[in-house]
Amino acid sequence: MIFSFDLLFEAVLFGVLLGCFYAAVSIGLSVSFGLLDVPHVAHPALMIFGSYCTFIVTGWGLDPILAGVVLMPAFFVLGVLIYRFYYETFERRGTEAGVRGLAFFFGLAFIIEVGLILGFGVDQRTVQAAYIGSSLSIGDYRIPYRMLVAFGVALLLTFCLSIYLSKTFTGRAIKAVAQDEPALRLMGANPVRIKQWAFGIATGVSALAGAMVIIVGPVEPAMDRLYIGRTFCVVVLAGLGSMTGTLAAGLILGIAESIVLMMLGASWAPAVAFGLLLVVLGIRPQGLFGR
Amino acid sequence: MKYWISVAVFLILALAAALSGVNEYVFYAGYIVLTFVVLSTAWNILGGYAGYVNFGTGAFFGLGSYSAVVLFKALEAPLIVQIIAGAAIGAALGFAVGIMTLRLRGIFFAIATVAILFIMETLMVNWRYVGGATGLQLLRPEVMAPFGSYTRMLFVVMALLAVIAVSVARYIQVGWIGRGLRAIRDSEEAAECSGVPTLRLKLFACVVSGALMGAAGAPMPMYLSFIEPASSFSLNWGVSALAMPMIGGTGHWIGPVIGALLLGSIQQIVTVTISNEINVLVVGVLLVLFVVLAPDGVVGLFRKWARRSSR
Amino acid sequence: MGAPLLQVKAVSKHFGGFTALSSVSLDIAPGERFGLIGPNGSGKTTLINCISGSLRNEGGQIVFEGKEISRLPAYRRTRLGIARSFQLPRPFHTMTVLENLLVPSAYVTHLRDSEGEVKAMEILRSIRLADKAHALASQLSQVELRKLELARAMAAEPRLLISDEAMAGLAGAEVDEVLQILFDLNARGITIIMIEHIMQAVMRFSQRVVCLDAGRIICEGTPQAIVGNPDVQRAYLGA
Repeated sequence: MIFSFDLLFEAVLFGVLLGCFYAAVSIGLSVSFGLLDVPHVAHPALMIFGSYCTFIVTGWGLDPILAGVVLMPAFFVLGVLIYRFYYETFERRGTEAGVRGLAFFFGLAFIIEVGLILGFGVDQRTVQAAYIGSSLSIGDYRIPYRMLVAFGVALLLTFCLSIYLSKTFTGRAIKAVAQDEPALRLMGANPVRIKQWAFGIATGVSALAGAMVIIVGPVEPAMDRLYIGRTFCVVVLAGLGSMTGTLAAGLILGIAESIVLMMLGASWAPAVAFGLLLVVLGIRPQGLFGR
Repeated sequence: MKYWISVAVFLILALAAALSGVNEYVFYAGYIVLTFVVLSTAWNILGGYAGYVNFGTGAFFGLGSYSAVVLFKALEAPLIVQIIAGAAIGAALGFAVGIMTLRLRGIFFAIATVAILFIMETLMVNWRYVGGATGLQLLRPEVMAPFGSYTRMLFVVMALLAVIAVSVARYIQVGWIGRGLRAIRDSEEAAECSGVPTLRLKLFACVVSGALMGAAGAPMPMYLSFIEPASSFSLNWGVSALAMPMIGGTGHWIGPVIGALLLGSIQQIVTVTISNEINVLVVGVLLVLFVVLAPDGVVGLFRKWARRSSR
Repeated sequence: MGAPLLQVKAVSKHFGGFTALSSVSLDIAPGERFGLIGPNGSGKTTLINCISGSLRNEGGQIVFEGKEISRLPAYRRTRLGIARSFQLPRPFHTMTVLENLLVPSAYVTHLRDSEGEVKAMEILRSIRLADKAHALASQLSQVELRKLELARAMAAEPRLLISDEAMAGLAGAEVDEVLQILFDLNARGITIIMIEHIMQAVMRFSQRVVCLDAGRIICEGTPQAIVGNPDVQRAYLGA
């Protein structure tokens, strides 16, 4: 195990970029699970599905990020449909929705994963772009351009979503429905339509998140399992319902994972997110900024 | 009394089959189906009775397998010791996970079980003694007479474990513990205010569930003559252990048995005739179909049909 | 007052930055009929939750029959003699009405099912729910659910019963029916704390009333005194 401050600094630097990336891919879950209380364990699977869709669309000549943006409306509709189905089948009936809701999303995740295997095989897929493959050199450090791109998109996404949730009427309604649904009903707003809209946004965002995943590295169908740990770790560490917390939590996870990667190697890195998640659940389940 | 007679008949049949000249494949596949009977019954004690969903069945199952391997490699421990150790370690893991997360809402427990699954896998991948990522080949000990093959013996052993698991589930369901668990599932807050020690009962269910899963995992390395982390700690064990009770029916101990027999057999057929991927797809699709259309499972459908035909 | 049955001493409770209860103190005498009123959000249910154990209070103490119970989990407090009904009924919906009562029978009074059933049927008869004994809890009407909440609390053989808005949303005759049940329980020696919005019920039932507003007690006294109190009127009608 080699240790030097140079390596540590590089790991932290990489960790910051990685952390923002993790924050961006978790934002969708922050809305669907953090705000709407939907047990959405299929979020990572939908995101990886977004990665594969990006793969297809870039095959038609589009830049990956653009592909992600182009896919967002379609994924928004998909999200609305999924929430509608979930609401009609489970939340409305009320009784024992918890177990069945969880089982439903678990099954959905598996169906998506196997669907991807059947459609694309188990081999890894990548995309090509001008910024993938080369690195920026600053002094002794090399930062891969694709990480910078992911970093930039992540910050933009988090910023836009935070503004939307705090400044627009619909956005504030989404936050309100998380806190006090009866009050919202009294104001004349329809909570189900608001939640539907929010879930659609969360899924639409996942499309762009999926694009970033395949930009940052190759994807394979089973990757959703790993991302369950990362996304839930970020959302729980942030505290349910906190958007800005997502960025902070993402950074913590990114830096932790990067340091572990440097010190112990790739065989230990997958456990970091899950381990951090367990620690948070055990010590401070409401997270850093939870409601 | 009827129950115990059925149990005796079942065990006698299993033994008789194992000693007969029936095709070896029956025991090869039957062992897996019986393993699923144990896993789904164990899952249902916490998931069906108490309402706490475990995605990480593979963690307990795999841990049982690995503790058996360690005991076998270090002490040449006999199978019965491996199984007891598997149960003990599974119980300990159940207690640890429970104490940490059962105070929280159900979904946090579910996510924590996934976390445990991956952490266990990572630990074993990095442990050279048990073969790391590539795993370990194992040499089976000599099979005891009167069994013709090791697989046949394992088949009977798993039949016995299945009987133990189902009997435990039945005892819990019918007794006062079962009533408390159902109260927790229906309304945990009201249960607590009705005098039910909710945390203790949930912990108890988690420990029993973990113990049975660990016990089921112990003979697996001997069955395969091989062990490796990826398949031992796969999330696929979790989805099957969850799908089988949801398909069979979660309120009654017979539900997981029906689900395991049905889905387990379908899985064997599909894996052999089509592919392993389609197998997982079938499990996922059936799970979603039943959860949406027949939430009370086969048992529920049967009850509805019985009520309709008695009119 | 002789030795009080329940003492709430300077109890506080915060949710993040929000103060739900601010140093609330009151004593409940054995056998008393006690009313707790206050506008929505004043902290009534939070106070009840702290007494029953669903929530842990942060400042102060809760003493029941001379024993400090602030650190005890809710199920222990129920076994000591504190029972409560819920504002929004929480039946064990996959069980029948009878089975609902068997839960406290088994876990509080430790009766075997055969004995528990006998006692449960007695309770159901006394509140006129016996005909629904074998109906699934999920099929009951609103007023039947309210009665089930009370019946389940009664099956725990409490010395203190907290009724949380048991009459909310009920029509005239139904209110009288539930009120009579509470009177009968009190006649048997059970101390009752009633939270209610239906003023005529509180007036008829309570011997003493306390009014909460924004986590503080703003008035305490007889029903007549409370109703005439300007602070109480202001709290309900707004500044």
